[in-house]
Amino acid sequence: MNIRILYFAALREALGCGEESLTLPAGVGSVGALREHLAARGEPWQRLANMKNLRAAVNQTMATPETAVAEGDEIAFFPPVTGG
Amino acid sequence: MSMFSVSVQEADFDLGAEVAALTGADRSCGAVASFVGVVRDRNDGSHVAGMTLEHYPGMTEKALADIVEQARGRWPLIGARVIHRVGPLHPGDNIVLVAVSTAHRGEAFAACEFIMDYLKTHAPFWKREDTPEGGRWVDARESDDSAMARWGDGENSPME
Repeated sequence: MNIRILYFAALREALGCGEESLTLPAGVGSVGALREHLAARGEPWQRLANMKNLRAAVNQTMATPETAVAEGDEIAFFPPVTGG
Repeated sequence: MSMFSVSVQEADFDLGAEVAALTGADRSCGAVASFVGVVRDRNDGSHVAGMTLEHYPGMTEKALADIVEQARGRWPLIGARVIHRVGPLHPGDNIVLVAVSTAHRGEAFAACEFIMDYLKTHAPFWKREDTPEGGRWVDARESDDSAMARWGDGENSPME
């Protein structure tokens, strides 16, 4: 399963990555599982596991750890928003 | 032209022109409430020389349109205009405009505040301030979450 992942703001800077395309192994089928999969890469990705209040979106809609991830999805991880 | 629109842009906006567009288009309008957010020159004890607004292109517009739709589900709005600026901004610059038009003032005040409270917690914008100590990402405030929570529903989708 191929997906696109975006990172924003302080998280993007900490990871040194704003965007990547990834082929997921079988069994990584939710936002929560994807988070664990990415964190297992070690530093600096480990901080995805430690980060409090991490937010995620799937196809530009706010998501929860249970939200399913499917072929072609655009997943985004980011800190709490601070606009306005 | 639809009386409901959202924009994400680098350019400044003209409050008077936006309000005139809302009131001029529908004579049943009896009230317009507007809010303008402005860049401050200080935050959390530091001088702020400027800031950069980052956003998530695509999702931002979608989130703002969804917030306006939620407001329309709660109050009989005649029109609404939301403009959020992105890119480099300086103290005194406008950041955000929310303007709503209704028949009477009660729903105009309420809907304007509702849209701002939801925008603060649901629209994917992030502020990075330039201070004498260097650049720093602004932390989300708990008071924004509690301001949003008083409207009842609307989870903030934390990952924890």
